[in-house]
Amino acid sequence: MSDASRNGKYRIVHYVNQFFGGVGGEEKADCEPFTIQGPQGPGRLLEKRFREGNADAEIVATVVCGDSHFVEHQEDVLRELVPLIRGYHPDLVVAGPAFNAGRYGMACGGVCSALQPLGIPAITAMFKENPGVDQYRKTVLIVETANNVSGMEEAVRKMVRLGIKRLRGEEIEFPKAEGCFEQGIRKNYFHAEPACGRAIAMLLRKINGDPFETEYPIPFFDRVDPQPAIADLKGITIALVTSGGIVPTGNPDHIESSSASKYGKYSLEGLETLDARTHQSAHGGYDNTYANNDPNRVLPVDEMRVLEKELGFKRHPWYYATVGNGTSVDNAKKFAKEIAVELIRDGVQAVILTST
Amino acid sequence: MAKEIERAGIPVAHICSIITISQTVGANRIVPAVAIPHPLGNPRLPPEEEKEVRRNLLRKALAALQTPIEEQTVFS
Repeated sequence: MSDASRNGKYRIVHYVNQFFGGVGGEEKADCEPFTIQGPQGPGRLLEKRFREGNADAEIVATVVCGDSHFVEHQEDVLRELVPLIRGYHPDLVVAGPAFNAGRYGMACGGVCSALQPLGIPAITAMFKENPGVDQYRKTVLIVETANNVSGMEEAVRKMVRLGIKRLRGEEIEFPKAEGCFEQGIRKNYFHAEPACGRAIAMLLRKINGDPFETEYPIPFFDRVDPQPAIADLKGITIALVTSGGIVPTGNPDHIESSSASKYGKYSLEGLETLDARTHQSAHGGYDNTYANNDPNRVLPVDEMRVLEKELGFKRHPWYYATVGNGTSVDNAKKFAKEIAVELIRDGVQAVILTST
Repeated sequence: MAKEIERAGIPVAHICSIITISQTVGANRIVPAVAIPHPLGNPRLPPEEEKEVRRNLLRKALAALQTPIEEQTVFS
């Protein structure tokens, strides 16, 4: 029997940072975690709104931690806070809202995420550019807020609406209806109208200049400003990198043919060309016949050598390879960051990246 | 990967078969390749001509690296 059914009240634990916990501002951001019995700061508003929503809820405890302290000691803090929060037998944990406070957002997401495996429902709220969104939106229900505390009233209203549903075990609607960030969950359902009719209706609205809404928004990808152009190729070092899976024969690092979890770094020292005996493709996302017969078709070592002599640049004596086949963006980012560090260290000034 | 290497400070020319993916993931200097299973070659051509195709693609990539750009650019 849950506590809620024993005393008829839903038990909520609220996580806030040092500022909303009443400790202080940035100068107190290294404050260690502590607990206040009952609601504190925005928790009072939360509790009030829960009751107005006919949910007899009580914030039994407010857990406070300094933002810097949390992100610098996340593992230790969570090791302490998770059992502490669990000890209150909460029916729901609410963290934030964090608005656009980055560390606070990371902390709110971190707390909610750590509670998932215990089956404790947890929600938080933050501004769309808070790094906590990218980090945690797939695992945590995050309500979208304005970028500063002036959006508190609206944030609390949306959090309470969602919180009540979680408390009552009601179905969570599509993210837009809930005011949440998409978690990337695909849900099948029968639409009254077939896709062709909807597509034509959408097209007509588009042609007429009327507002329309896509049924499948293209995921957002961030951008990097282009680096300045290379003034002169003479004397600079250029590296080859490929996501096309060209590896030495036998694939010594066992790079996976799909969903690669690693990349390889291989020597080109003294190599004029690649051939079917020395190299192969480890890529599982295309027919390898042509690449195996002549790996230069994916990693152009032979003609780089020709141009190197002609144009006077230096070919970096190492190349990097992974398999870009269902590889997660996170992994690809991680690989490239590590590769870039080495390339910079080795004085490489430009990269030719080949992809299949 | 193109984006993250560029973010770290090294200009990247991305020779790739699927331009839209390269654009979506945020490569800045994009050079369209021949085909997915042989981006820098064409097995239907005689060896010398195939090498020429490859050399020309690399020349395009090198030219792209020497071209000042303000936004994502496809060098076709």
